[in-house]
Amino acid sequence: MLLDQDRIFTNLYGYQHWGLAAARKRGDWDGTKAIMDKGQDWIVEEVKKSGLRGRGGAGFPTGLKWSFMPKQSDGRPSYLVVNADEGEPGTCKDRDMLRHDPHKLVEGCLLAGYAMRAVAAYIYIRGEFHNEADILEAAIAEAYEAGLIGKNACGSGYDFDVFVHRGAGAYICGEEMALIESLEGKKGQPRLKPPFPANQGVWGCPTTVNNVESIAVAPTILRRGASWFAGFGRPNNTGTKVFCISGHVNKPCNVEEAMSIPMRELIDKHAGGVRGGWDNLLAVIPGGASVPVIPKSICDSVLMDFDALREVKSGLGTAAVMVMDKSTDIVKAIARLSKFYMHESCGQCTPCREGTGWMWRVMERLVKGRAEVSEIDMLLDVTYQVEGHTICALGDAAAWPIQGLIRHFRPELERRILDYRRAKAA
Amino acid sequence: MTDAWQPPAAPAQFAFSAENEARARTIIARYPQGRQHSAVMPLLDLAQRQQGWLPPAAIEHVARFLEMPRIRVQEVASFYTMYRLRPVGRHLVQVCTTTPCWLRDSDAVVAACKNKLGVEFGGTTADGKFTLLEVECLGACVNAPMLQIDDDYYEDLTPEATERILDAFARGEKPAPGPQGGRRSSEPTGGPTTLAQFTKDG
Amino acid sequence: MPTLTIDGREITVEPGTTVLQACELLGIEVPRFCYHDRLSIAGNCRMCLVEQERAPKPIASCAMPCADKMVIRTNTAGVRKARNGVMEFLLINHPLDCPICDQGGECDLQDQAMAYGFDRGRFHENKRAVKDKQMGPLIKTIMTRCIHCTRCVRFATEIAGVEELGATGRGEHMEITTYLEQAIGSELSGNLADICPVGALTHKPHAFAARPWELRKTESVDVHDAVGSNIRIDARGREVMRILPRLNEDINEEWLSDKSRYAVDGLKRQRLDRPFVREGGKLRPAEWSEAFQAIAARLKGQDGRRLGAIAGDLVEAESLLALKDLMAALGSPHLDCRQDGAKLPGGVRAGYLFNSTIAGIEAADALVIVASNPRREAALINARIRKRWLRGGLRVGLIGQRAGLTYKYEHLGAGPQTLKELADGRHSFFEVLRGAKRPMLILGMAGLARPDGAAVLAEARRLAETAGLIREGWNGFNVLHTAAGRVAGMDLGFLPGESGLDTEGMLAAAERGELAALWLLGADELPMRRLGTAFVVYQGHHGDAGAHRADVVLPGAAYAEKDGLWLNTEGRPQLGRRASFPPGDAREDWTILRAFSEVIDKRLPYDTLADLRRRLFQLAPHFARLDAVEPAPWGEFGRADRLDAAPFGVAVSDFHLTNPIARASGIMAECSRLAAGGAAGTGTHG
Repeated sequence: MLLDQDRIFTNLYGYQHWGLAAARKRGDWDGTKAIMDKGQDWIVEEVKKSGLRGRGGAGFPTGLKWSFMPKQSDGRPSYLVVNADEGEPGTCKDRDMLRHDPHKLVEGCLLAGYAMRAVAAYIYIRGEFHNEADILEAAIAEAYEAGLIGKNACGSGYDFDVFVHRGAGAYICGEEMALIESLEGKKGQPRLKPPFPANQGVWGCPTTVNNVESIAVAPTILRRGASWFAGFGRPNNTGTKVFCISGHVNKPCNVEEAMSIPMRELIDKHAGGVRGGWDNLLAVIPGGASVPVIPKSICDSVLMDFDALREVKSGLGTAAVMVMDKSTDIVKAIARLSKFYMHESCGQCTPCREGTGWMWRVMERLVKGRAEVSEIDMLLDVTYQVEGHTICALGDAAAWPIQGLIRHFRPELERRILDYRRAKAA
Repeated sequence: MTDAWQPPAAPAQFAFSAENEARARTIIARYPQGRQHSAVMPLLDLAQRQQGWLPPAAIEHVARFLEMPRIRVQEVASFYTMYRLRPVGRHLVQVCTTTPCWLRDSDAVVAACKNKLGVEFGGTTADGKFTLLEVECLGACVNAPMLQIDDDYYEDLTPEATERILDAFARGEKPAPGPQGGRRSSEPTGGPTTLAQFTKDG
Repeated sequence: MPTLTIDGREITVEPGTTVLQACELLGIEVPRFCYHDRLSIAGNCRMCLVEQERAPKPIASCAMPCADKMVIRTNTAGVRKARNGVMEFLLINHPLDCPICDQGGECDLQDQAMAYGFDRGRFHENKRAVKDKQMGPLIKTIMTRCIHCTRCVRFATEIAGVEELGATGRGEHMEITTYLEQAIGSELSGNLADICPVGALTHKPHAFAARPWELRKTESVDVHDAVGSNIRIDARGREVMRILPRLNEDINEEWLSDKSRYAVDGLKRQRLDRPFVREGGKLRPAEWSEAFQAIAARLKGQDGRRLGAIAGDLVEAESLLALKDLMAALGSPHLDCRQDGAKLPGGVRAGYLFNSTIAGIEAADALVIVASNPRREAALINARIRKRWLRGGLRVGLIGQRAGLTYKYEHLGAGPQTLKELADGRHSFFEVLRGAKRPMLILGMAGLARPDGAAVLAEARRLAETAGLIREGWNGFNVLHTAAGRVAGMDLGFLPGESGLDTEGMLAAAERGELAALWLLGADELPMRRLGTAFVVYQGHHGDAGAHRADVVLPGAAYAEKDGLWLNTEGRPQLGRRASFPPGDAREDWTILRAFSEVIDKRLPYDTLADLRRRLFQLAPHFARLDAVEPAPWGEFGRADRLDAAPFGVAVSDFHLTNPIARASGIMAECSRLAAGGAAGTGTHG
């Protein structure tokens, strides 16, 4: 188990004050200028070496992403955009960082922004996090006041601004191109790539979009060294990670753990175990709503990291572990996610706009068994018609939970159809 | 129903209050020169907080304020779920029913709300105090089930806690937001399993 | 220049070319709905998916720029499956009401469904129903059919320059609408229905009127302004059912102004379908012979100097020539084709042409508009200016009345004094023009159709010279005409002859009783009260102002009912073709003149249209070079004179009602009423 001394988010639960004084005691803003003095390339290299992969779900190597930003400006300013539009069902880790440890994020903005030669960071926070945004804004104000950001940030000679932009209720704005559109004052409809944001992002300027956690862990990585961070977890899956454990556990919670921790250990140690005991487990959605569900048989031994979960045809996603015990109506649980994706589809591209509604309607019928057995394969086919054919990943995210359900729970679907038919006949 | 809620009519005119206009200018200043359209979302929020909802007059005011075509503002206002294009009651009660909350029996919370308020989703109580809405995941899943009243989250709900909270609002009080089951935030109930030296209550 | 391989064939393309465009270059068809080569790329319909080697998933070919060594496949099972899938999604919520859909027979969705649709549905849920939206008198909406390609939104925003259309809501509740369902305030709105790939937006005036396959299609040119838009006239039997734009990159691209398209019902109303003769103060129907005799009797023995002729705005070259020949035979020097009194210079073509050409606008980097509102006077020239402006690097200045144009401009001043300052180099915009590589000036009729018009023209010419608008390979001096027949009239010298009177002179002479007879060839925009006691022959197609004043009415053919040549504001000759027949006893105009000439024993020397054209081409050889613009040499024109301080007025006060056909149109009347009511879109853009 990860030792407390190796935990980054020491105020995850907010037992201490979020403010600057307390944050400094916890080690934030310590030697920030010295880190900057090591140079932009050093920072990018160090983050690369740490093996940090994006914490927003896709797991793209963070240092590599930073390195795409132009080293020489062509006259356009560069921007760092922080994705705090946390909305992936099951996920509530960024919220804790924003409200309990905001200075980690603000310091991370400066260091990451400096490394990618950005002039400012815009933190896009979901509108429903009203109080969290208030705290974040207060922390930013403190940092300005203390000279940590703004003109000559931390005395480094580098000017850097941090702004908060509040969303207004749209899951899709967690998609980086939709977020950029939204930040420009438009509907959150994902833009086509290419051009990629590092080339043409917000306001047509080079932009990098990073998840809150990816940015908030950066200062600690840079202070303690890449090898320290890389020492946790398996190769290619390094570091510590904040997990969100929800659903049918005895003690749902957020907790920072080492990557690659066995799922069972994570649940048992921190979440008080599965309700009714491990053997009462039915299935787990291990990485937020977008990743396919896995049955208990896989959960018994799977590790919580990118590669291990991909091997079992699921994903680490946002590391939001949704636990479902044997009392769960698994079809309804997935159908509710289908409704979520239909509700959150931006409507821009055909397969997602039309497919999410279709899939949900079939799922609703499957919950009751009011369908033909052949419609299971038809539904599966529709998910493949959506997957990979949309502008952004929401289409995939809508398809995968259903694919996971059919992969692992087809007999349950068939049973309901037969039950319904029998009941109707009687 | 004779005692159904009568929503207020759309005002013919809308303008930011002096205070909000000053706020609007501060908000616009966050964005680069010439990029004032970026401020449309916060300005719509300001207008909504001032008016209670977003009648056409408010949308048109924001459009003028930002020199933006009205249809572009309308698109934004209709895209994001937090904008109210129709009047709502004084308090907006939004119950999350997405899977993580549903797994923790959000159905019971929904039932408690409907029962207490006497309205279905989308309905407003006859006295205009509450509008009840179903919402998608609000991002407090380890504190499920939960609901949001106005700007605050009420978490770790039971039907009893839900009714208690609604009663308090009905009396004009504002109960303390956050987890209702005794824990502090997102730590495991009964105390954290980690961070021993950082989680001593102080 | 990237070289890529598509379906095993190598192709090298210009940088920036998209994969879809490269496919087209190779003749490989890629289905699409949202993509339109004149609009920004949306990439939302997903119909154009193709496979790219080493890409993890299919790519939208419309949005993917070609890159070197790219390997693309468009003909694999995977591509087909992807497209089938998209097609199925498009159809699940589409009503499939093709039998009652006006788009039927020319519907992209219908066509593509033949290629990519399944033969049965797998969608067993309820279909979505969407409330129809009000968009005004021209566009009919059946929004359940909408496939959300957003072409209409992009057209309104980008081409028309009216940001009034949008997609509200999200997900499957996304709906196309104008703000609060207000009418679209654009003079190009008909194109919305053209670019809609399905039957969601259709032409309201044409609703349930005809099926495309029933219609006889005739390629012709438009006469409602002087742009010379290329059109297709669709007729059923004798009835002209609708008018559509025809592609011409040099002129209208693929767009058409609403008036050119929707005034078509005006062809059926207020028509002069038989001759009339005034008797006892009242017009009564007459035979052709009676009408001719009545005129002949009146002209008999008259000195030619007491006769005059004024040609209207819609007249084709052949009739102009025939009337000119007739007047010459009668010995009259009093001719004018400028019924608005514009002081256009006879003889010097460069002085009355749009010399830069319409397509040339796209090369311009500075523009001063003098006494013109291009949006009202030539909507598609305005659209071309907007197109150029959107690309960036075009500065526009305006002298004259402020107007809601679809691009930003600097208002330099209201009248001739500003023009003079500019020509003197005393105005800051002078340097903008002089510093530009391709500076342009557009001079409108509001500057010329005034007593000091010749002086305004001279001043504009001086500005062109001092600011360097005329240079090697570039003539930045442009006159923007509003009358389709005007340039031909100017080229043919339908102008006062030796000591002849111009329009104003003839009006004055008529007022004084010095004009015995006046022949109005489609001239309706005159102050008829000033014609005094003159004997008026009105030859034309509509019972408008001219016919009401006339003593004899000779029913002619409207543009859709005759073959003829028109020269647009650029001086480009184009062939209009007969799509239908004039009503009743009405005849093609040159034949009327030819027939009458025989009655008075002054037989015009042509028996066929070919004969007449031969004479025309002899007099003006450039008329024979169809579709070509003859560059006009620079010369002296205008007359330096005192400038009136009065600000410039407007040439077109009501876009919808500029000519007898438009004034007879119920649709145009409704549009005009709506526009006058302060409907959306009359405001200034930017």
